[in-house]
Amino acid sequence: MIHSLFLINNAGDLFLEKHWKSVISRSVCDYFFEAREKAVEPDNVPPVIRTPHHYLINIYREKIFFVSVIQTEVPPLFVIEFLHRVAETFQDYFGECSETTIKDNVVIVYELLEEMLDNGFPLATESNILKELIRPPTILRSMVNTITGSSNVGETLPTGQLSNIPWRRAGVKYTNNEAYFDVVEEIDAILDKSGTTVFAEIQGVIDACVKLSGMPDLTLSFMNPRLLDDVSFHPCVRYKRWESERVISFIPPDGNFQLMSYHISAQNLVAIPIYVKQNISFFETGSSGRLDITVGPKQTMGKTVECLVVTVHMPKVVLSANLSATQGTYNYDPVTKILLWDIGKLNPQKLPNLKGSLSLQSGAPKPEENPSLNIDLKIQQLAISGLKVNRLDMYGEKYKPFKGVKYVTKAGKFQVRT
Amino acid sequence: HDDLKEMLDSNKDSLKLEAMKRIVAMIARGKNASDLFPAVVKNVACKNIEVKKLVYVYLVRYAEEQQDLALLSISTFQRGLKDPNQLIRASALRVLSSIRVTIIVPIMMLAIKEAASDMSPYVRKTAAHAIPKLHSLDPEQKDQLIEVIEKLLADKTTLVAGSVVMAFEEVCPDRIDLIHKNYRKLCNLLIDVEEWGQVVIINMLTRYARTQFLNPNVNVSITHMYEDEKAEVTTLEKRKPYVMDPDHRLLLRNTKPLLQSRNAAVVMAVAQLYFHLAPKAEVGIIAKALGMFEPYLKSFYIRSTDPTQIKILKLEVLTNLANEANISTILREFQTYIKSMDKDFVAASIQAIGRCATNIGEVRDTCLNGLVQLLSNRDELVVAESVVVIKKLLQMQPEQHSDIIKHMAKLIDNIQVPMARASILWLIGEYCEHVPKIAPDVLRKMAKSFTNEEDIVKLQIINLAAKLYLTNSKQTKLLTQYVLNLAKYDQNYDIRDRARFIRQLIVPTDKSGALNKYAKKLFLALKPAPVLESPFKDRDHFQLGSLSHLLNAKAAGYQELPDWPESAPDPSVRNVEVKDSVCAERTVLTGPEGAGVLLLQTTRGSSNILFHVLLLHSHSEQSSGAENRKRGRKAVKNQKSASESESESESSESEDESEEESEEESESDTDVRKKKVGLDWNRILANYVCIINFDTFDMNKITSVFSQTIAPSGLIKMYELLHRITGEGLAVEYCFSRQPFSPDPNMVAVQIQFTNNTNSETKNLHIEDPRLQSGMRIREFAEIGLQPSESVTVVIGIDFCDSTQAANFQLCTHTRKFFVSVQPPVGELMTPAFLTENDFKKEQGKLMGMNEILEKLTLGEKCVNEHVIVERVTATANLSRVPCGSDKECRFAGKTVSSGCLVLVTVTTKEGGGAQLTVNCEKMVIGTMLVKDILQALSQ
Repeated sequence: MIHSLFLINNAGDLFLEKHWKSVISRSVCDYFFEAREKAVEPDNVPPVIRTPHHYLINIYREKIFFVSVIQTEVPPLFVIEFLHRVAETFQDYFGECSETTIKDNVVIVYELLEEMLDNGFPLATESNILKELIRPPTILRSMVNTITGSSNVGETLPTGQLSNIPWRRAGVKYTNNEAYFDVVEEIDAILDKSGTTVFAEIQGVIDACVKLSGMPDLTLSFMNPRLLDDVSFHPCVRYKRWESERVISFIPPDGNFQLMSYHISAQNLVAIPIYVKQNISFFETGSSGRLDITVGPKQTMGKTVECLVVTVHMPKVVLSANLSATQGTYNYDPVTKILLWDIGKLNPQKLPNLKGSLSLQSGAPKPEENPSLNIDLKIQQLAISGLKVNRLDMYGEKYKPFKGVKYVTKAGKFQVRT
Repeated sequence: HDDLKEMLDSNKDSLKLEAMKRIVAMIARGKNASDLFPAVVKNVACKNIEVKKLVYVYLVRYAEEQQDLALLSISTFQRGLKDPNQLIRASALRVLSSIRVTIIVPIMMLAIKEAASDMSPYVRKTAAHAIPKLHSLDPEQKDQLIEVIEKLLADKTTLVAGSVVMAFEEVCPDRIDLIHKNYRKLCNLLIDVEEWGQVVIINMLTRYARTQFLNPNVNVSITHMYEDEKAEVTTLEKRKPYVMDPDHRLLLRNTKPLLQSRNAAVVMAVAQLYFHLAPKAEVGIIAKALGMFEPYLKSFYIRSTDPTQIKILKLEVLTNLANEANISTILREFQTYIKSMDKDFVAASIQAIGRCATNIGEVRDTCLNGLVQLLSNRDELVVAESVVVIKKLLQMQPEQHSDIIKHMAKLIDNIQVPMARASILWLIGEYCEHVPKIAPDVLRKMAKSFTNEEDIVKLQIINLAAKLYLTNSKQTKLLTQYVLNLAKYDQNYDIRDRARFIRQLIVPTDKSGALNKYAKKLFLALKPAPVLESPFKDRDHFQLGSLSHLLNAKAAGYQELPDWPESAPDPSVRNVEVKDSVCAERTVLTGPEGAGVLLLQTTRGSSNILFHVLLLHSHSEQSSGAENRKRGRKAVKNQKSASESESESESSESEDESEEESEEESESDTDVRKKKVGLDWNRILANYVCIINFDTFDMNKITSVFSQTIAPSGLIKMYELLHRITGEGLAVEYCFSRQPFSPDPNMVAVQIQFTNNTNSETKNLHIEDPRLQSGMRIREFAEIGLQPSESVTVVIGIDFCDSTQAANFQLCTHTRKFFVSVQPPVGELMTPAFLTENDFKKEQGKLMGMNEILEKLTLGEKCVNEHVIVERVTATANLSRVPCGSDKECRFAGKTVSSGCLVLVTVTTKEGGGAQLTVNCEKMVIGTMLVKDILQALSQ
């Protein structure tokens, strides 16, 4: 299936290659580089590139292109999902998935890739199993290992491989037993010029950090499970219990994992926490334009909006911006044509405003299009959908675990058209 | 690299490891490290496991280039294949099969064959992975490899399933016949297979289903192909409605929950399965997970930050979703897209508007006006794309739009994009009678610029000239000849050719042939309006979600999705026979006064067994007969006891038509009996007179049936199903009665006791909507009613599939519904088996290694003697005691209810309260859980 993998950074340097069958020359990546150049933005590189003898399927994550080489028919999503799983595994092991961490841990990366695929077909992709085969690096362990020469590699088959709960390793022991759940909701929205919601939906995930000894069997229930109409689960979740009782029943993997993701569609009214008043206009003559943006709170459920950032992709002819902000700082990058206004906390008493003039390339015609605004924000202690965890019960073990739930709402793809 | 060589030669593992790490880092960067091969390969047998693994990495990378040296390492792997540690066996096989050196093909073949029957499922999985490796190295081995695949396909573990199907797909995807016997098993295992395996299995089963089942969407009514004399035949055929094969239904049912998978590839696989296999009415269920249809329209609205390919796809979806009701919203949305900075996207949006306009007549004029406005756009690309689309739209109703044509004629002075210029010229030529004054003038201008135009524009100029010559030769004769002369000397042969052809056709000369008369008809024929097509059309024949579908070109190794067969192939090929290949025939002779004689003739291997079971109990005869028939159809499980051989008796049945009815009858029948007789196996059994006639027959197998009646019932623990308060006065308790569940021996009998604590009658108490793990089944009780403060006990049967997963269902009364669940302790999933001491030892010998679990324990204070131990163990698990010569040992045997796997338990006591517990069971999960439970019981 997956023949080879090449990791390529944003500058076009190929910094890692791995082959699961016979070696394929790295020159195959020339086709990728060609497509990369044509796409201008890294996001626009087509995910599947056809070459005379191979197919290149790639993803772009954390400023790295994961380019896989395929020779025969395979569902493209299969490969794409797998590449994401590789990136997530690196993140899980090294705290972040970046060129530096991959280069620093190249041996572990290689050992991981070796375990994750056999002859191009996925072998072990569960984090709990991999961690028994190859221990993640810690400062202490790498020091001890350098001195003693002992290894990071497990000598027995991970117990999970043979059980019917492959996601959990056996013999887990903690002195402090704790289970934390983060309900993270992102608002995807499009607002039109007048501020009306064209479209809005919520993409939610529940991230878990479960450190419980033994084989705990957990049941998580919600106050209002009917809110969730489209859900997908980690393999540990029992589908049938959800279908019949709307509770999440599972034996968790050990450590961090994503328990479920859900989607609350536009049909249920989605609360929009802020409003944006904006006016961006370009003049017919004089090669200039004007910009005026004000942000204010709308449906915040009494919470504070934090980390508010407004990003504007300006038309190519905009050379510079001469603005003044009543709050926060702004920066216009004339190369990428991105105007970034970092507001910070939203103060409902004194609404932040950014105002001033834009200067355009002289002689160029007035831009036809108006740039849209992208909003970033964060609201702590709130799930904007109103989803609430009711209780978490544990069966199968005797101790009393420490439990916690945190809520946070963020802006996802939140765009205001102008 | 001398320093590295030195480090590798040292006898310190830490130095070797450091060297190997640096070498692997070189490989990762794509640097050549092949000259180190001799130094590295020496370390293949290194004790340090990390060094060893890194050497493997190196070896697999360079073995192809250094074949001779690579052979030196082979013996190490051959030794590794025999290691007691399964991880080592597996990794030895992995590396051995990854060394692409043809000379070792026979060794590989042998290793794969051996690993395919390894005790460890993990090693068997590795064997499945090795199959395609060997196949690509030496395709000659195909036949032998297919044998291994066949063997591994029969494997019952989820771990192996995905990998072997992968091997099947790579080596012999056309051998659909190998799937038949494993089809139902694969369907049932699917939910527990790891996600990557799920994708492969679902895709394969999609193909399988297309060869074995009938199209559920074929219109049932059969056309009148026959004349009157065959009228009877037609009516007969007409009456036969489409009935979905239960196996087809099984596949659809078992894949559905996977729509909730976190893995998009799995969701896509299920979606394509439903798309290709489900009746139209059911395809909708995938819409929610994928967000496909109309209510989700807005999810496809485009953001300026979306990547281009996403924008184009969303646009395609929006266009396909457009209809009369939503078109105005969609058009408003499209208008904002036209203002985008991404010009390719703008062009695609304009095309999308054109497609909406052609598909939905009501909005054609609106769209056309919108597009005409775009003609004054500053961006030439936008204008050009609009012209092309307008041209196509105008072709539909030209007479109403001569002003638009005039407007476009004016554009020719400014617009430079060749495709747009060509389109305008074509329009003017085609509709020159609508613009009689402008057309010749345009031709004049074009004649002037002819030499500087692009080829497609030149062709259209010739075209325009020809059409004008035919309609208005007075004004354009000379112009046309001028254009044709220019074209005659053009560099492009296509244009020269066209000019010559057209001159012959339109200019009458002596030599010009008969066609000349028809020139006008040829050029100015009424042309059908074009269809604006999706750029994604024409790929329907590819399996959805495949690479070939995405590229719209067949990729290597793509397996065609076959068309549905005209008539269904024999469904019985999927029936699975029992391991012992018991096949039987049964005849029911109804005697006087409802008494029946059940005659069973069973052939087992070489021995003939004759069962003559005289049934005095007429009720149980009827119902168990019907039951048998039902079970016979589902006979998949490997059963050994004689009572089960009854159920097998119908496995060769051929009674498809009457099946449904007889089942219903039998159900109502059984229900009546259950209520009245209360399912007392003992009583029924007591009424049996058994005459068993056999040549050679394992006595144990017969006795095991009857031993159930004498199995120790122990203390039966009651569990709460519904508390009095939550049940609003209805209290429900249940227990595992440990009685065989006679309607289906694969089910665990659960005795449920209802108590009505209210002052009113509770009516229509029944089970509804059972939600079960795949493969699990439940046999409900017949509806009952409860008088105030009455208690009633009923028995239900649940096939837990040998897992402790709870069976969830609703208990319904005439007013309320309660969600309840029955969760079996592992010990209740088994039924006692009678074994002799020797048999016990023999069976135990077969269940060593992975299948054996050993635990040391300290006996609890009260476990003072053998008696207490026996009591504790049998209370924990439904096992029977096996005789034993030693007084230090207690042995117990049982087998799982659902699949009949043996469960052997040994407790060996030692001096000072110590003891050792041994559990042997093929089902390791059952074994592990049982150990835990017994340990707890004994150490209390």
